[in-house]
Amino acid sequence: MGSKDARRLFLILLFMPFALWIILLIALPNIGMFILSLQEKVGPRVYTYGIANYVEFVNEPIYWNTLLRTATISLLVTALTLLIGFPVAYYIAKIAKKQSKGALFLLCLIPLWVSDLVRAFGWILLLRETGVVSGALQWLGLIDQPVELLYNDVTVVIGLIYTVILFMIVPLVSTLDGMDDSLVEAGFNLGGGRATVLRRIIIPYAMPGIVAGCIVVFMLTAGSYLTPILLGGKNSMWFTEQIYDQFITRYNWESGATFGVLLLVFTSAVVWLGLRLSGQTLAGTVAKS
Amino acid sequence: MARRAPHHAFGRWIYRGYVLMFFIYLAAPLVAAGLFAFNDSLFPSLPWQGFTLDWFFSDEEPKLGMFYDDRLLRGLRNSFLIGIAVASLSVLVGTCNAFLFERGVFPGKEFLYILMVLPLVIPGVILGISILVLASTVANGLEDRFDISLDLLRPGVFLVVMGQFAFITTITSLVIAARLRKFDYAMEEAALNLGASRARVLLTVTLPYLKPALIAAALVAFLVSFENFNTTLMLVGSDAPLTITMYDRMVKVGSTPVLNAVSLFLMIGSGFLALISIIVQRDKASRVEA
Repeated sequence: MGSKDARRLFLILLFMPFALWIILLIALPNIGMFILSLQEKVGPRVYTYGIANYVEFVNEPIYWNTLLRTATISLLVTALTLLIGFPVAYYIAKIAKKQSKGALFLLCLIPLWVSDLVRAFGWILLLRETGVVSGALQWLGLIDQPVELLYNDVTVVIGLIYTVILFMIVPLVSTLDGMDDSLVEAGFNLGGGRATVLRRIIIPYAMPGIVAGCIVVFMLTAGSYLTPILLGGKNSMWFTEQIYDQFITRYNWESGATFGVLLLVFTSAVVWLGLRLSGQTLAGTVAKS
Repeated sequence: MARRAPHHAFGRWIYRGYVLMFFIYLAAPLVAAGLFAFNDSLFPSLPWQGFTLDWFFSDEEPKLGMFYDDRLLRGLRNSFLIGIAVASLSVLVGTCNAFLFERGVFPGKEFLYILMVLPLVIPGVILGISILVLASTVANGLEDRFDISLDLLRPGVFLVVMGQFAFITTITSLVIAARLRKFDYAMEEAALNLGASRARVLLTVTLPYLKPALIAAALVAFLVSFENFNTTLMLVGSDAPLTITMYDRMVKVGSTPVLNAVSLFLMIGSGFLALISIIVQRDKASRVEA
């Protein structure tokens, strides 16, 4: 056997696990989900193909309202996360002294290693009626009765930002870290104000990090389950909850699969649009974070 | 410090204050979750009733400590086993992927690379239900046509492992590929010139070089598996891992400080593993990604 054949054999062997993984666990399941979403139940164990499930989704306001609500809140969370995270990332990458830089970055990563569940649990302990914040406010005399801070949209947004902000800060720090300080200096020397330097130099430079962060944050938010349900309570109206409900509670898999396809199509569309508008590629951005 | 250019002292203090506030925000829920583990009360809330270790070590109701709580311990064991399985599988396949994409030359490589990254951007819930749908379809088909019942394809540990493996493999592939990219070919060539076989070069030169990345990838995979909830929720059977057990208890029974004890235990455990993965990766100089 020549060396070329050996090489080819080696390549095929390397390719096998990759192919099995992608085909069996990603491609086929998603195709299966799509096919299931096109099935209509016409009798016990009798199915035909059609788009009845999608029609039902459109006709039932609570369904598409939930998707719309999930989408709006996810976009809001993404924007707020960028707004809150950017100064922190800039501080870590550019302003903190060398010694404290690594430590600050590690501090940022700590919540990443803690389960979503524990984080949401922490927020519940802080914000519920008998919680720490309510207690502290009473102790300070700012309120005279316990106040329930859970189960409203603001809390859900705060909790979601908390869950995802690290995925914004990490790519931002890595891109800003690579920026030469003299770029900023030159901007100032040429008479640019702080706003101009930020808008014309820093933000364009950080764009790959911003896009990467926004994509991951948006996907994680739209696909999140625990935070909206635990912090938002029974009326959180989150789309993943709707999917879970159809699958596990109502055992209506066809409709659950339809919702799954819709969520996937919707999130992919937003990601695609984001990449398109910013001129980035998926491989380039996600691989970075 | 010319780079900070026209900064006012006041503005700088505000900036620092902001960053400080941010870190307080990051720490607050974790501190709350941890501290109440030591509250000598039946509820994880104020007022503070005094310090106790009962929620860890007490062996009787109503303050059954976590180390005597059979369901929690079973969850912990399941999580541990699932984590080990997912970590080994995903590091194995991740290593193959790293070699495939760093070394291989084949048509359609860019497209396949996108396929490799894709699982990371599929929402976990969808990953879970799509695998559930496929597995159930296959299982039902086998049962109807051939009268074979394959429990493996029903919700349970195996499907949980598959579901987590499906997206964690992308993470391990990226971590290992990043290290492989920095490998100096000359080292392999030198070994080959000295008469070593390809297999020998792989075992004695390339893999030892990759070792820090392999260990780090395994630790990250284990941690991500351990704390995964979304994908797991859809695929879980009777052997629930810890996060699911905790969630059930939180929602159905209402929380007692034993959940805080478990939370603290998890925080310490994962902090410890994260520290190891950082130390292992130290020699990789200034790489910041996890």
